[in-house]
Amino acid sequence: MKIVHVSTYLWVFFALLVLLVVTVAVGRVDLGIWNPFIALLIAAVKAVLVVYFFMHVGYGSRLTGVFAGAGFLWLFLLLVILFADYLARYPL
Amino acid sequence: MTDSRVAHQFDDAVQQHEADTLGMWTFLATEVLFFGGLFAAYAVYRFLYPEAFHIGGSFLDLPLGTLNTGILLTSSLTMALAVHAAQTEQQKKVALFLALTCAMGLVFLGIKSMEYSHKFEEGLFPGAGFHPHLESEVAPAGLQLFFVLYFILTGLHALHVIIGIVMIGGLAAWVFWRGLPKNAAIAMELIGLYWHFVDVVWIFLFPLLYLIG
Repeated sequence: MKIVHVSTYLWVFFALLVLLVVTVAVGRVDLGIWNPFIALLIAAVKAVLVVYFFMHVGYGSRLTGVFAGAGFLWLFLLLVILFADYLARYPL
Repeated sequence: MTDSRVAHQFDDAVQQHEADTLGMWTFLATEVLFFGGLFAAYAVYRFLYPEAFHIGGSFLDLPLGTLNTGILLTSSLTMALAVHAAQTEQQKKVALFLALTCAMGLVFLGIKSMEYSHKFEEGLFPGAGFHPHLESEVAPAGLQLFFVLYFILTGLHALHVIIGIVMIGGLAAWVFWRGLPKNAAIAMELIGLYWHFVDVVWIFLFPLLYLIG
């Protein structure tokens, strides 16, 4: 079992807090259609940081990475197909 | 490093640890889809009622939501530090970091319940008593739907936080009074996976609910 340095955890935590500030700041600026995309992009970056470092996926085997990603891949498929349907019926 | 007992079906401790981790991630995958279905519902209705969702979001308390996000992120840090302390066999630190994680979870819930009581007072709980204070007389279609999703999403998330607090609190008490168990590092890591996952769900919930106002 790999032992991750405490300093790594602290840096990741610092990055997460910075991203939190950024996402709130950007959220207050009206960028129209881009707001939700940017907010979700930042959220995805934060999630990847948590999964890779705090959940040790970055230090585990490839197989662990596959299992970790599988759930999110399935959710991605759900959302993509769902929106393919809705956007076809109610174009933007 | 603690010498962990290897169950007979495994070749060695490394394989056992791998299997433990894969099992936990399989469970987390089901949780991703559990919350994912609700996220999909949110996405569809936000797409169909953008104005109502924008108004609904403006009723939420952004400073409290931001504070709660910060609290959960910090609790993830302390959980990771608890795992680190278990790997380096520092019993006191394990108990301390687990207790801190637990405490922050409780603060999160406290703030959440404050928000909920505000919503109840303002007549924003969906149902017969739903009466939001708006400039216009008529509530836009989809406003109540926003709050249905808000309460279900954050309620389900809060339920997961409670389960996490119970597990982590129990583990903290065990470690404090009975010392580090044999497979301490692995047990910490698996519970840590659950707790980090709860954090990840909130990382996505926060912008979707609080940043559309």
